[in-house]
Amino acid sequence: MSEQEKQTTIENEGRRGFVAAGVAAAAGLAIAPGVTLLDVAHARPADQPASSKNRWGLLIDSTKCKTGCNDCVNACFTENAIKQGDKETDSQWIRKVELKDLRTGHTASLPMMCQHCAHPPCVDVCPTGASFKRADGIVLVDRHICIGCRYCMMACPYKARSFVHEELHDQNPDVPRGMGCVEACTLCVHKIDRGDGTTACAQACKEGAILFGDLNDPESEISKRLATYASTEVRADLRLDTGVRYQGI
Amino acid sequence: MRIPTIKTMGTWLASLAVVLAVGVSSLAIADGGAKSAKEKAMLEGVKGDKCVMPTEDMRRNHMKYLKHHRDETMHQGIRTTQFSLKGCVECHASPKNNSVIGTNDNFCQGCHAYAAVKLDCFECHSTKPKANAAFHPIAGQAPGLAADMRKDMAAAPQTNAAGAAQ
Amino acid sequence: MKPIVYREIEGRSAGYLALLGVLGVLIALGLGSAYYMEHHGHIVTGMTNQIVWGMPHVFAVFLIVAASGALNVASIGSVFGKTMYKPMGPLSALLALALLAGGLTILLLDLGRPDRLIVAATTYNFKSIFAWNVILYSGFFGIVGVYLWMQMDKLMYKFAKPAGFAAFIWRLILTTGTGSIFGFLVARAFYDSAMLAPMFVVMSFSYGLAIFILVLMASYSWSGRPLGDAVVNRLKNLQGVFIAGALYFVVVFHLTNLYFTKHHGVEHFILVGGGGITTLFWLGQVILGSLVPLAMVYHPKLGKSRTAIAVACVLVVLGGLAQMYVTIIGGQAYPLVLFPGYQESSSFFDGVVHPYSPSLPEILLGIGGFAVAMIMVAVGVKVLRFLPDSLDNHAVDPHAK
Repeated sequence: MSEQEKQTTIENEGRRGFVAAGVAAAAGLAIAPGVTLLDVAHARPADQPASSKNRWGLLIDSTKCKTGCNDCVNACFTENAIKQGDKETDSQWIRKVELKDLRTGHTASLPMMCQHCAHPPCVDVCPTGASFKRADGIVLVDRHICIGCRYCMMACPYKARSFVHEELHDQNPDVPRGMGCVEACTLCVHKIDRGDGTTACAQACKEGAILFGDLNDPESEISKRLATYASTEVRADLRLDTGVRYQGI
Repeated sequence: MRIPTIKTMGTWLASLAVVLAVGVSSLAIADGGAKSAKEKAMLEGVKGDKCVMPTEDMRRNHMKYLKHHRDETMHQGIRTTQFSLKGCVECHASPKNNSVIGTNDNFCQGCHAYAAVKLDCFECHSTKPKANAAFHPIAGQAPGLAADMRKDMAAAPQTNAAGAAQ
Repeated sequence: MKPIVYREIEGRSAGYLALLGVLGVLIALGLGSAYYMEHHGHIVTGMTNQIVWGMPHVFAVFLIVAASGALNVASIGSVFGKTMYKPMGPLSALLALALLAGGLTILLLDLGRPDRLIVAATTYNFKSIFAWNVILYSGFFGIVGVYLWMQMDKLMYKFAKPAGFAAFIWRLILTTGTGSIFGFLVARAFYDSAMLAPMFVVMSFSYGLAIFILVLMASYSWSGRPLGDAVVNRLKNLQGVFIAGALYFVVVFHLTNLYFTKHHGVEHFILVGGGGITTLFWLGQVILGSLVPLAMVYHPKLGKSRTAIAVACVLVVLGGLAQMYVTIIGGQAYPLVLFPGYQESSSFFDGVVHPYSPSLPEILLGIGGFAVAMIMVAVGVKVLRFLPDSLDNHAVDPHAK
């Protein structure tokens, strides 16, 4: 990080109201060359676009994930102001899937959400380009041009997307969502952009089963773990190069 | 193809004149609105002493600024605050219902109802400021988005304006 | 051979006005349903986050597929030079345009944000087969419109053949595109097949011709114009070939799926264990929609009865709707397999068959689209010269006995 870049970073810390001013200042001052705290490593000046130098992703360790625990799901619903329901028309950005191998009896539990593919089928099929992948690998729906055709929901192999069937109220100002459009896990893009360096689900998991990080940074914990231990993509046969990877299945 | 006759050209000119007349009169209405203190008093929810751009400019161009900013934020993750819709809501939410819509006295709805322009933002966007910044007594010192916006404006109003006008 | 004389229908009879009235009511109900759905959101439909495409899509895709098929009669005349079909060319093209308009109306009114039609028309993602279809549909209107003009304008008639050829090629691409909307969905076991595109093309031949025969017989009978057995026999024999062709593709489609072990689950669901879907497949699509009308049109006695031919065509249409239901709803009802070999369960209905019960507004919207198509034909033949004065045996074939 050059001197000038660092300067910009610190300056922008102050400009953006994402952390209490004191904390931001402390974080800014505490940085010694070469030592990167999480928020500074991931902070991007507000006026800079997301870059393909990063690729945000998750590593989910299903051996740590507990059957019946719903902490990540609850955290997601709270963070994104989604009303939790059990109707077939209700949105679910993240869900816990319970697996049982019928031959061996092996069971597993894991959270399933948008896998933020490098080659997302939802983006391929979207007629208007509302479904798109950001430079840093986050797959999003631009609700301003989504016409609500639901073709992306037909195309998604992970059943990750939901259609908003009813009028909504009391949205989180950071997470706009409304009737007639398709939506899905945003990888907490609003948190990433303000430099939180994590997602609501990852923060909420007491078992540490969800690890957020930059797949393009060989020094990040997620990259190191992926390099050390075997992991897999769900529906790896489709070769979508997902940003969310799993261990233990 | 037919060569336009005097008569058809006359018709064209006449319709052009009508279009211009309508356009000019609607501008006149907008300007008149700007001057009328009564109109201003009608809308609730104005914090601080100035907006992110001169009021006249905002009145006419806020939709352009918002749309430009919306595409940058959505697709590139640029999150400058000057033309952020969240910022609009932050300053312009009514102290009565803490919202920019709901009644014709509310800032966004009031003017849009007056101008008969459909307002499509708030089917998805929150109409209320983020909880921690709401109802702050002195907007100028709020530790939220509004304060950041002021800093942004002080820092580089020219660049931002040029960027948004592209 | 006397030249064919085209003439508008009079369109003053009580019957004609009643027809317009009934169609008008159906359209009003369809529009009302669309408004109701848009106002309250899709919560008032039977569609869910599991069955994302429902009854409107069954009707819309059927009409769009049938539209390109309805153009075949004109193509056979212009492209393949069969004299007997030429007089029916304008009606065939009109019907094609009308059916496409009806289908697209449904599709657009079902969107979550139909108010953003302008976005759909101006923002394209060229990798999307759906966006390609938007271009194919618009092009179809343009090309078939020009083709109609070439057919109906004496001065331009010399260009009818190249125009017909262009329209024929375009319609083949269009139905390939429609089939590919499903065929390109690699993630879903029932859709991931290149067979869908050619299968949709052959089905379009069958559905389009069935509707054409019905419209032809109805308009000639109601307007009191002569329609000879030569025409009807030729058309119903062709209908038989198309039904058999479509059935052949259905058989091959399922046989290929049955050969792939990974598709056994979904095939078992459709063919054996799918409850209503399975019944609809065997009874609706195969027996009543294919085998029975096939037997009827070739039956030595029934094949000569106009009523029997009409019934056979109605069965083909209903069978076509059944096929669309099985394809669209059945394909979604079978759960996505995320973890092959595992039993899956979740709060989001993983691993279970998704139920679907269409709501009344959805069905009314679908029927409304049908009515849009029919009213366009009914009004079309009144205001322009689409229908030959006579299609009796001598008019179409001087050598007819």
